[in-house]
Amino acid sequence: MKYGVVVFPGSNCDRDAQYALAEDMGKEVIMLWHKDKDLGMFTTDDCIILPGGFSYGDYLRCGAIARFSPMMQSVIEFANKGGKVLGVCNGFQILCESGLLPGVLLNNAHQQFVCNNVFIKTNNGEPLKIPIAHGDGRFFAEDHILDELEANNQVIFKYCDALGNIGTAFNPNGAVRNIAGIKNKNGNVFGMMPHPERATSAALSNTDGKKVFDILGLN
Amino acid sequence: MTYNIQIKVMPLKDLLDPQGKAVLGGLQNLGLTGVADVRIGKHITLQIDAESKEYAKQIAEEASKKLLANPVMEFFEIEMVD
Repeated sequence: MKYGVVVFPGSNCDRDAQYALAEDMGKEVIMLWHKDKDLGMFTTDDCIILPGGFSYGDYLRCGAIARFSPMMQSVIEFANKGGKVLGVCNGFQILCESGLLPGVLLNNAHQQFVCNNVFIKTNNGEPLKIPIAHGDGRFFAEDHILDELEANNQVIFKYCDALGNIGTAFNPNGAVRNIAGIKNKNGNVFGMMPHPERATSAALSNTDGKKVFDILGLN
Repeated sequence: MTYNIQIKVMPLKDLLDPQGKAVLGGLQNLGLTGVADVRIGKHITLQIDAESKEYAKQIAEEASKKLLANPVMEFFEIEMVD
């Protein structure tokens, strides 16, 4: 699997993603400038990463302007053809704004930017320690959409404690139903607030991020 | 003809507005304890060149629906000035 990392003005985790994939995981990575359009070097078996950061200064709403960049038009087309797309943090916000994923990411309920390690888990998986760093991570969608997400197994990660107990006490931003990440119905577009690319190196004494790529089938 | 249009974008009533909540705390600290609630949105002005007022309003509607407001979290109101 080959990876493309989109660089928007204001992205700040693009190099982290590149380093994690290329150096820690030994993958081929191509950086993609937001003004370009060409995704011809990728097949639907490959993965495009929308990295964290503050694309377009978070103007208007997080991710609202990035969605209209030329490269995003190609990414939307790529996703609709079945290509794999992972949005992390600001990338998740962009995916929601572009309609590739349902819902929206609101200002954290406690009004603070959070920068911390948290634990997340899949339905039946082990708790994974993954860093977060965001001011707008409160996932929200209407109840009928949330019910649909849960019924279709589209909720990929929920916030939990080190033992894997899911609960609002371990939810860092007030996200509805403790949701940390979701995928689309087809299972090829993934969005999550925590940063797996910041936890792939033994030198940083946490490699749980690699397990995230494994779980999502992106390794 | 150029039309001046003002658009109000507000968080949906059922949603928690942390910014409004923080400002409410500030106002109460000021001694303005009569303030019961604060909600914060955006005020956007557009200048639109169009043949008619109706067409200008139509453009503003499209701008609001497609970019200026996100219906999952916000509602908008358009006001024509003049």
